Amino acid sequence: MDGIVIIGAGESGTRAAFALRETGFSGSVTLVGAEPHLPYERPPLSKPLDGAVQMKPICRGDALESVGIDYLQGVSALRIDADARSVALSDGRTLAYDKLLLATGARPRRLNCPGAERALDFRTYADAAAIFARAEAGKMVAIIGGGLIGLELAAVLRGKGIAVSVIEMAPKPLGRAVPPRFATRLHARHQDEGVVFHLGQSIAEITDDAIVLADGIAVPADIVVAAIGVQPDIALAEAAGLATGNGILTDGHLRTSDPNIYAAGDCAAVAQPGGGHVRFESWRNARSQAETAARNLAGGKETLMAIPWFWSDQYDLGLQVAGLPHPDHQSVTRRLDGGELEFYLDGGRLVAAAGLGLGNSLAKDIKLAEMLIAAGVSPDPAALADTSVNLKALLKSARAA
Amino acid sequence: MSNMITWVPACKLEDIEQEGAIRFDHAGRTYAVYRGPDDSVYCTAGLCTHEAIHLADGLVMDFEVECPKHSGAFDYRTGEALRLPACENLKTYPAEIVDGEVRVALG
Repeated sequence: MDGIVIIGAGESGTRAAFALRETGFSGSVTLVGAEPHLPYERPPLSKPLDGAVQMKPICRGDALESVGIDYLQGVSALRIDADARSVALSDGRTLAYDKLLLATGARPRRLNCPGAERALDFRTYADAAAIFARAEAGKMVAIIGGGLIGLELAAVLRGKGIAVSVIEMAPKPLGRAVPPRFATRLHARHQDEGVVFHLGQSIAEITDDAIVLADGIAVPADIVVAAIGVQPDIALAEAAGLATGNGILTDGHLRTSDPNIYAAGDCAAVAQPGGGHVRFESWRNARSQAETAARNLAGGKETLMAIPWFWSDQYDLGLQVAGLPHPDHQSVTRRLDGGELEFYLDGGRLVAAAGLGLGNSLAKDIKLAEMLIAAGVSPDPAALADTSVNLKALLKSARAA
Repeated sequence: MSNMITWVPACKLEDIEQEGAIRFDHAGRTYAVYRGPDDSVYCTAGLCTHEAIHLADGLVMDFEVECPKHSGAFDYRTGEALRLPACENLKTYPAEIVDGEVRVALG
């Protein structure tokens, strides 16, 4: 019995290790992590406290020990030999496995313009520490990429009195994951807070003190951060001959093309009931896939059922999105005291919901929407728009039906 | 004086939705006050034990409150942590209704 080896000690790999024990797996569990820390949470990295980056461990070291998880800190996997069922590690060891979980995550997409090496990434604790150590009032920061990560960083830096420019290739920020209604609101809020946007712009060059745009405009910058998305870390899987695409391809049970190897989290592209493979980049997804993968590694045959969900905090606003809103969906708006909810219906069936409001004020509504989505209901759009109709009552009547 | 119970008025029962919670701040601390599906009332520490997120923004279903950010859950009657990532129990305080007013014992 060689047990289970997990490559990657981020949110997904670490959660899977604990979930294996929770599910009763008693063989050996080895968690291999390349970073020189205990496993830590990434969301707090964009929320420094008193100017210092937060290091929030996912668990205490003795928690790993007490359930018998062998954590190899600062060790990376070099090669998988799928036939021999073994992994070669950077410390010279080779680990044999019965089952392997790839939770290799994703790494920041790199710019390829002249001077690209001057741009800082924003992914790891070390990245965040490098940015916040230099970001002080009076400095000018240019963020390349107007997605969620770039704009969360912009909000934090504006809060510290730092001048912020955002450069985005698309004509609007937040075009990828945020419904247009809320993307427009967040964009406006950033403008009110003094963030300068350069939209529809590509980059000619990054110099010591500026970003030169394709149209020749120089955007002054003491610090340049690249936040242009991530790429799934599939190198190990590819070299091992596993099927890959935009991620490590898995079936609905999170099993890769090798029956002894599973994948979970940012690196996994999971087969969808309607065809194709989809990859999700969020904290919740990392955990829910880890839990499903763990139960299947331990002998289960569970299909991933979790509804995609993420949040983003910018200034005093909280955005939450459940499901995958699509422009073709019928949208229904519900206006509330602290903000707005939007529901998305596909052929009458509720498939997604999003909300933007003060702090976490809309979280419970999004949670109820998520439960309504899971219940497979086709609610009356007028009821969804009507604030006097209680969502909890809708859920209870759906469950009673 | 720590063995003396001090009852503090928190709100009116009607201020809390049935199966709901509100935030209550007192003496520099923050609490969540709950009204159960049977109109019973409860009080817990306000912040989730996983991260400092206020539970009064979370969904209350039956006798369970869910953290609005990370979906950790607690039984608000006992403070018991029911679902990860919450693993530490929540502190609870006695609560009662007197003449339609909810009061809590924070001593």
